Amino acid sequence: MSIGHTLLGLLESGPRHGYDLKRVFDEKFGHDRPLHYGQVYSTMSRLLKNGLVVVDGIEAGDGPERKRYAITEAGITDVERWLTTPEKPEPYLQSTLYTKVVLALLTHRNAADVLDIQRAEHLRSMRILTDRKRKGDLADQLICDHALFHLEADLRWLELTAARLDRLREAVTR
Amino acid sequence: MTAPVPGALLTAENLRKTYGPTVALDGAGLSLHPGEIVAVMGPSGSGKSTLLHCLAGIVTPDSGSITYDGHELTAMSDSRRSALRRSEFGFVFQFGQLVPELTCVENVALPLRLNGTPRKEAERTALAWMERLEVADLRGKRPGEVSGGQGQRVAVARALVTGPRVLFADEPTGALDSLNGERVMELLTEAARSSNAAVVLVTHEARVAAYSDREIVVRDGKSRDMERAV
Repeated sequence: MSIGHTLLGLLESGPRHGYDLKRVFDEKFGHDRPLHYGQVYSTMSRLLKNGLVVVDGIEAGDGPERKRYAITEAGITDVERWLTTPEKPEPYLQSTLYTKVVLALLTHRNAADVLDIQRAEHLRSMRILTDRKRKGDLADQLICDHALFHLEADLRWLELTAARLDRLREAVTR
Repeated sequence: MTAPVPGALLTAENLRKTYGPTVALDGAGLSLHPGEIVAVMGPSGSGKSTLLHCLAGIVTPDSGSITYDGHELTAMSDSRRSALRRSEFGFVFQFGQLVPELTCVENVALPLRLNGTPRKEAERTALAWMERLEVADLRGKRPGEVSGGQGQRVAVARALVTGPRVLFADEPTGALDSLNGERVMELLTEAARSSNAAVVLVTHEARVAAYSDREIVVRDGKSRDMERAV
């Protein structure tokens, strides 16, 4: 996820302090990984330097000064470009799993075991996500669904590879 | 092969079943504890449905042992096995299980009626189950008038209406889209857990299997308990 673009997008509804940005970010997107303050301030410094935000006001308080940031026209254009640019699909070719299976075959180990053990671990993760989804709100459900579909795709690959192990063994040990 | 597990309600060991030259089961096994949900996974034609049919006493294996609540299922008479299926087991299949001429509430009440429960009482119990499965408003409709997802929930209510100790579900969401399938699984597993029914869930879909407590995988008629694989 691009933290910069996300913070910029959150500024479109109006100027916010760094602390406020962190709070909204954590609430909407932070689920497992809340932002560190350092990340927020370093990101805002970069956006400021690039002209995508401006300092809209400074409040003095007991602690350090609190800057309030506002998005610029260039910032709005940048968010628009990000939202309408597709993400590069990651095919994960030459994945660790593939390497493990081939290595197991090359070293005459039980490659089916490698696949089965991974399969059980994937399903264990899917159970945790399914449980979280049942108990969660709509945002949780969508986030868990995304992870579940990816794990399911991996599992389909594991299943297919298990069905093709004999052919793969022939191919790699030739 | 699955070793006998203490406290299991249903245990199958070393099952073999052939159909002519085709070997459907070749040493498969499974153990099921009270209230436990076990997914039986595997590719098409691997023998998972045959395993379910053997466990439920619908098909008799050529060899091997199936113990239900301390009794050998394969040694029972047909009538005893039928009685067991009516009173202790519930079934949900992929489709085609509701009687089209009956209303939904009559369908759900049917197993109770076959066991001799008076009509009013049977339909009252049936309606309570339909409420749990969120289909009570369909009580007067016939199966042809409800959607696939609704029909499956009616079928789940019917499978649980007798308070079975084991629910056998064979690809219960196989004919449904993702959203409907998910809702059926949520309601099925919630209802089974709240009534302490164990579930044997045959599926080739990982997202469906993720509703189970653990899984076994069937390949080429052989089963593997994945809990013991890790």
